[in-house]
This record gives sequence, structure tokens and C-alpha cells, in this order.
Amino acid sequence: MLYGSVLLFALVMVLFGLAYLRPAWVTRITPSQWIVGGGLVLPIPILVLLTGTALVLGEQLLPKGDAPLRFKAHAERWQWTFIYPDGREMSDETLHIPAGQAVDIAVTSEDVIHSFWVPRLGGKIDAIPGHENLIRLEADEPGTYWGQCAEYCGPGHDGMWFRVQAHAAEDFTALMEGRR
Amino acid sequence: MSERPSPIALHKQLEAIWSTPPGLARLSSVNHTILGKRFMALALCFFGIGGLLSMLIRAQMATPDSAFLGPDIYNQVFTMHGTVMMFLFAIPMFEGFAIYMLPKMLGARDLAFPRLTAYGFWCYLFGGSILIVAMLAGVAPNGGWFMYTPLSSKPYTPGINADVWLLGITFVEISAVTAAVELFVTILKMRAPGMALSRMPLFAWYMLVTAGMMIIGFPPLILGSILLELERAFDLPFFDPTRGGDPLLWQHLFWLFGHPEVYIIFLPAAGALSTIIPVFAQRPILGYRAIIAAIVAMAFLSFGLWVHHMFTVGIPHLALAFFSAASALVAIPTAVQIFAWIGTLASGKPRWDIPMLYVAGFFIVFVIGGLTGVMLAMVPFNTQAHDSYFVVAHLHYVLVGGFVFPMLAAIYYWLPHISGRQSLYRLSIPAFWLILIGFNLTFFLMHLTGLMGMPRRISTYPSNWGWDWLNLLSSVGGFVLTMGFALVLADMVLQFRFGARFRRDPWRAGTLEWATATPPPSYNLASIPHIEARADQLQPALIGPTLAGGQGYLGFARAGEQETLGVNMVTGAVEHLITLPRRSYLPLSTALATASFFLALLFRLYWLAPIGALVTLGLFLVWPVSLGEKRDKGPIDIGRGVSVPPDAEAADNVTVLANRTALAMNATLFASLLFGGLFLLVVAPNWQDTGAAQVPLWAAALAILAAMSGAALAARARQGNARGGTTHLDLILAVLAQLAAMATTIAAVLWLDDPTGHAREAVPFVVLGYAGLHCGLGAVMSAHAFWRLTRGYISARRQTEMVLAALWNGYAAGAVILAFGLTGILAMGGAMP
Repeated sequence: MLYGSVLLFALVMVLFGLAYLRPAWVTRITPSQWIVGGGLVLPIPILVLLTGTALVLGEQLLPKGDAPLRFKAHAERWQWTFIYPDGREMSDETLHIPAGQAVDIAVTSEDVIHSFWVPRLGGKIDAIPGHENLIRLEADEPGTYWGQCAEYCGPGHDGMWFRVQAHAAEDFTALMEGRR
Repeated sequence: MSERPSPIALHKQLEAIWSTPPGLARLSSVNHTILGKRFMALALCFFGIGGLLSMLIRAQMATPDSAFLGPDIYNQVFTMHGTVMMFLFAIPMFEGFAIYMLPKMLGARDLAFPRLTAYGFWCYLFGGSILIVAMLAGVAPNGGWFMYTPLSSKPYTPGINADVWLLGITFVEISAVTAAVELFVTILKMRAPGMALSRMPLFAWYMLVTAGMMIIGFPPLILGSILLELERAFDLPFFDPTRGGDPLLWQHLFWLFGHPEVYIIFLPAAGALSTIIPVFAQRPILGYRAIIAAIVAMAFLSFGLWVHHMFTVGIPHLALAFFSAASALVAIPTAVQIFAWIGTLASGKPRWDIPMLYVAGFFIVFVIGGLTGVMLAMVPFNTQAHDSYFVVAHLHYVLVGGFVFPMLAAIYYWLPHISGRQSLYRLSIPAFWLILIGFNLTFFLMHLTGLMGMPRRISTYPSNWGWDWLNLLSSVGGFVLTMGFALVLADMVLQFRFGARFRRDPWRAGTLEWATATPPPSYNLASIPHIEARADQLQPALIGPTLAGGQGYLGFARAGEQETLGVNMVTGAVEHLITLPRRSYLPLSTALATASFFLALLFRLYWLAPIGALVTLGLFLVWPVSLGEKRDKGPIDIGRGVSVPPDAEAADNVTVLANRTALAMNATLFASLLFGGLFLLVVAPNWQDTGAAQVPLWAAALAILAAMSGAALAARARQGNARGGTTHLDLILAVLAQLAAMATTIAAVLWLDDPTGHAREAVPFVVLGYAGLHCGLGAVMSAHAFWRLTRGYISARRQTEMVLAALWNGYAAGAVILAFGLTGILAMGGAMP
């Protein structure tokens, strides 16, 4: 997408420049060639390809099929509470998940709209009072990933950070067992 | 009108009729040249205020853990920056530009409703002042410029802040509504004879489509603001999920306005580009018809992609795919225009001048904004970049590229028209480079901070994430950008002071506005030309003097009246003579009454608000008193051997068209309300098993019957009058029937359970209230027609008031039927387990 954009930007700039330099072949382009070429032939294949790819990618990212571990993230001004598959709640601003496997997170809100976002793990999903939204994330490697509220939610918005701690599968099981 | 006065004598005679005297009498001005300049000057003041706010933002964000502004102040600052730039700068700026320019470009002497222009200006001034005063008092809105609920609802914003936004912006939007109706009607009906739609300059096409979009686009926002203010003030739960409301309803209503709004801002600027580029390419625009098709396509598409602001709210992926594809499709009409402009330059003999410098800036900045826009239209990318600084970068590239750069080009191109002097050139070139470099330094880097995970609207950030340098550089760029704008301002002041005077048409343009003297006289053109070619390929320097000599239509001053021409909407054939109302203090006093209504709501003086509304309505009823004719005059000489009837005797006059347009706008508002009710029923939580119907069937039947009788009687009165019959009785009965409908509808409202309990009662409360209000308005219109009839203003040929009564009563009947229909559906739906 980046390279394509750079290319298209360069193309438009070069054409704009050529309009002033006026080499002979540019002045010979007819009006309908400009409109049909630039307005239809150029963008349509690019847009079809791009939208198609995005649709397929988006479908792959959807939470469906086999039910993996399901966590809950409950937002409240200005902190997150995480509820684990076994029903326990923890609000130590850290969500522990197993690495190397997809997990579902059901996101809800107590008061205003927040948004659950861990930039390095994937997209964001809004936490909306009265609704429950699902997002599927996967951490490839064990480690710490920071996350934050991405929807402006009032004066405490900038401090609404949290951490996602991804553990190797056996460590995660041990952690869950140990807390029981 | 056989002997013709000299151009100077003609000028003096017309000036005596059209001009506004100096001093306090300026407050009564209704002249479009004066008001257009006022709109633009005030918009530039707000641009300055918004710019200062952005400096505060960049100062705060320059360093991590900054303690310059706390979150409380910072939240007000960024909310006000967005609000001021969108609602108080961009929209009024292009409105003012169109108000100033369109009549001159189309060959009219003023807009269709000069007093409405003035009223709109006062609403803009007063509404904008409410926001600025609130900011100085430290109680500015702080919920972000799109005011998401429930953050902006009472429990989370208990202070006056959100009310300031809702009431102030709605007050300002009155000026957008009036401007939209007025521009739409003026473009369609008030062109120079012979200017068929297919000969209209492209700028007028752009503004016609823009005005049409405003007519459909603004009502959802106004409705949303009314509903949210009702929730805040009277606890009606439209957005509260615990009581059957839904915060997503606000987002739908806001973006249903908010996305078209982006194109509403872009299209006038693109219209300016389509006017400027051919002048400097020294050839007619390439692809005139393709461009018109592109802007119409853009207008349609723009209403089908509001959901792309809501990709992360949990809407099913397939639905997102539709909106994603629609968003990507917009690139096609945009590309058509971009390549039409480049092609025009390439196949002409382009010359280089200051306006073209800013056009080049537009190409650079806007194309980048368009490309990031296509990226954001892709769902997987969007969920990552949404609400991050990437979006901040994108929206500034689109809005500054798509509006500010073209407006700067327009300022350098048209300011000589306003000032009568040419640009000085010295400052404009360094100003351009400062703006271009400063802008890209500020905002290009924000793409990167956004991709690095920096969310928007945080008042500060810790220093361990590598954003520090990028933010500091952005801030430096912001200050460079501001210096550029300061130079442009200085350049404008110097041009008025020291610029060289010139005769007509300094750029060798092809549009009619350059045929006026510069600065333009109050009446624009001493006579109105007959257009025989496409109106962007005229020779203003040649036709200007002949028009000043009175050789066109209406080249004389008659009986102290402000006269201009009305034409057939499509062919441009001259149809009637329009006599415009004179200057008056009514717009100012009506706007003051309106202000009392809004201030009463703001300060919770709820006993005062109805009084303010009634005084406003009463003053509006005084407006038509001075208008109209008491006898049939028949065709009147308009020069060049042509005679046409006066507007009062034309069936298809501007007043009727404006009322039809206003009703279309009103219907969009009502349709949004009905959509909102159904949306809550289907989507909102907590609707299961909430009980059965509340409004008794007999009340619904009675109200519908009465409203339909009122409509039928008003329609019969109109037909009877057109046949020359007496219609007094029909009109009185229509008033009574519509009053009965109003009373029954209000009774039905009182029958409802407590509307604060659940949206199931709150929605019918508002829907029926709306219907009852329109029954009342229908009664007022019938009563007004009756009063005009008894005073002798109505005859079989002068039937405007009768047509209006029939229109508004028909609308009221439709509203009553739909309102009770929705009430029934909600009651049944709520009763389902």
C-alpha cells in the first residue's frame, strides 16, 4: 500500500510538472484520454484489487471457527478489568494470555465509550456501554505488549494504559493453576 | 425607456436604490456583497482563533510529560480547535464566498432572499460568540468535536460545556440551513437570461450540488443535537443504553452528517479550482460534462459511506465491506477531477502566477490525503490506524489540501475583485513556502507517530516510546506554518493599502464576475447580459463596459425598486421580474429573538425559551408584510424589447421553490428521526418485553383525520383561488381542522407514560411533538393566506400564499400519519417478548 501510494503520488506530481514543461507527446493527449485514462483506467483496477485483498484479510481476522480461550475486558473510567476464562477478575492493569495461540477478548464498558487497542497485536475494538464486541488477537512471542484506550473518554483518557503479558503455553497453564 | 442615461448617471441612480448608508444603518444591510465579505472576514477571525488553539496543542505535545496544559484545559482546547475550524471557519467561509460570488457570476443583482442572508449572518455571529465566550469563561465544550455520547451526556459532562456545543452549533447551523436553501434557489432561478444549466460556470454547478448536499446532510446533525440536548435538559433517554437508548445512534446521526460534510467543504474549493485552472491554462476546462457527472457521483457516494468512521464499533464484517468499497469508490470521481485539471493545464498554454503556486500546493497535499484515505477505507488497516495520529494526519491533509490551499489560491485570485487592487507579490511567495513546508513537517510526521501507536486526544505521553522527536518536529512545523499564515494575512492587509489599481479583468478570466467594476458596486451589474455561450468563456473586459452603459436587461432605475430577473430552471429563458426586499432591521431583531431562545435553553430558563421562540415566529410573520402586489400588473418591460410578469404573478417563483426546498430539508430531519426510532427498536439493548401500546387508537384516528382534512381544505382553497372563486371559508376551516389535529396530537403526547423512563416513550414523545408542531405551522400558514387574501394580496394569478398553505398543510398531514405509524410500531415491537 505504501509503495503503491508513493508511485501514484509521484505519477500525479510528474504529470503536473509535465503540464508546465509541455513536451509534445503530453500536448497530444486528448481530453477523453485524460478523463478515461486518469479517472477510470488508472484507479479502478487498483481499487478492485485493494478492496478485494482487504476483504479477504479482514475475513481471516474475524473471530470464528474453533472457540479458543475467551477473555473479557471491561472498561471503566479510567481502568480496565480483565476476566479470565475461569471467571476470575483481576484489575492489576495486566492481561495474561498464552503466546502462539489465538484468543478472543469480549470487550464491554461500564460508562462511556472506550476502545481496546494493543497496537502490536492488531486492530482495535470499541467498548460500548450496552454492547459486547469481540476481537481475536494472537501474540506470536511471549513478552509484554502495551495497550491503551484509543477512544477519547474524558480527563483520564491519557492514563488509561494496560499491559498484555503473553506467556509460553506451559507457563500460562501454570499461572492459571497457581492462582486457583 | 427609450433614451439611455450615461453610465455615470445610471450608476448614481442604481447606487441610490441598492446601496447601504454608512454608520449604524450598516446593521440593516441585506446586500450580498457586504454580507459575503462579513461572512468571510468573520470566518477568517475564527480561523485565527482556531489557529491559536492549535498552537496551544502543539506547545503541549512538543515534549513528553508536559505540564503546560492539564487534561481539563487540553480537552477543551482540542475540542474547540476542531469545532471552530469545522463549524465556524470552513463552512461559513465557503458560504460567504458563494454569497459574495454567485450572483455576480450568474448575472443577478443579489441573492433570492437578501434578508435571510442577513439573518443567517447574525445567527452565525451570535452562535459563534456563545462558543468563544464560553471558552474564555473556561467552560468550553470538552467532549471532542464529534461529541460522542455517553461521554457528552449529563452523567459524564454535568456542566454547561456540552450544552454550549449543542446549542451554539445548532444556532450557527441556522446560517448553513438558510444559506443552503438560498444558494440552491438562486442558482436554479436567478441566472442571466440565456444561461441554460448546460452553460453554467462550473463553480455554480459545484455550489448547486453542495447546496443540495447541505439540504440532505445537515438535518441529521441538527436532529442529533436536538435529541442530545433533550436528553441533557429533560432526561429523555435516547442515548442511554440502560433505558432503551443507544450511544451508537449518536454516531450514526453525526456521521450521516459528518461524512457528506467533508465533501460539502471540498466541493466549493474544487469549484474554485475548476474556475482558476482554466484561466491560467488559457483554455476552457477539459471534460466539463465529465466533471459535472463526477461531482454528482461524489454527492451520491458521500451519503453511502458514513460508517467508515465507525469500523471499530462492532458492525458485522460484510456490512463493513460495503462501506469500505463505497469509500474506495469515491477515489474515482476525485481522480476524474484531478486528471481533468492536469489535462487542462497540459493541453493549454499554462502561465505561472501566485494563485497557481497555491494550486500546486493543493495537488501535493491533497493527493497524499486522498491516498491515505484509500488506505483508511480498507477495514484491516483502519482498525489499526483508527483514532490514532495517522487519522489526524489524514484529515488535515484532506481538509487543508482540499480546502485551505484552494482557498488561498482563491484569495490571491479573487481578492483583487474585492479590493480593486492587485497583489504585491513580495510576501506571497515566501508565505507559500512557509505554509507548504510547515504543513508537511507538522502533519507528515503524524502518519508515523500514528503508526507507532500514538492515539489521538491524549493530553500527554510518556517519553519511552520513541515519539518524542517526531512530536517536537511536528510542533516546530506547526509554528512555521503559522508564520506562513501570518505573512498571508499581512499580504492581504498590504494589498488593500498599497496594491495597484486596475481596470476590469486582470487575469483575462472568462466568467461574469469580472465584468463588474472593481470593487463591485452594490447592484453588481448596471444591466444584465444575455448569455449566448458557455458562461465560463465570456470576455468580461469587453462586455463589462456595454453592461455598465445599460445595454443589457434592466439597464435603468425604476420607481426605486430593487429589480433582477428570474429564469427557467433548465433553459435559462427569462420568466419573471423579481423585486427584492429593501434593507431592514428585521433580520437583526429576529436573530436577537432567536438568540434569546438559545440563551434561555443554555441557562436553563425554560420559561423564557417558548417566549423567545414565539417572538421569533411572530417577527418572521412580519417579514412578508412589506412584500407583494395588490393588483395584477401583467407583463412589465425589462429592456431589450422584452416584457415579463412580476414574480408575484409567476406560478413558479423563488418563494415557492424555497419552501419546497425547506420542506425537503425538514422531511430529511423527520426521516432521520423515524430512522432513529426504528434503530433503537432493532439495535438498542433493553427493549425486550417493555409493554404494550400507550396511545389510544381513537386519538390517532382523530388526529390523522383532522390533519388530512386541514390539508384537503388548504388544497381545495388553492384550486378554488386559481379558478377565481372565493376561498375564505375553506381557509378558516383548514385552520380549525389543523388546530384540532394539533390539540389531539398534544393530548396523545400527554397520554404517554413518563417519557424519561424508556426510549419507547421518549421517541413517540418527540415524534408526536414534531407532528403537533407542524400541525400548528400548517394552521399558521393557512391563517396567513387568509389574512393576505383579506388584504387583497391574493388573486387567481397572485397565488403564492395559497400554494404555501397547501404545501405546509400537506406536509403536516404526512407527518401526523407517519408519527402515529411509528408510535404504533414501537408499541408493538416493545410488546414482543
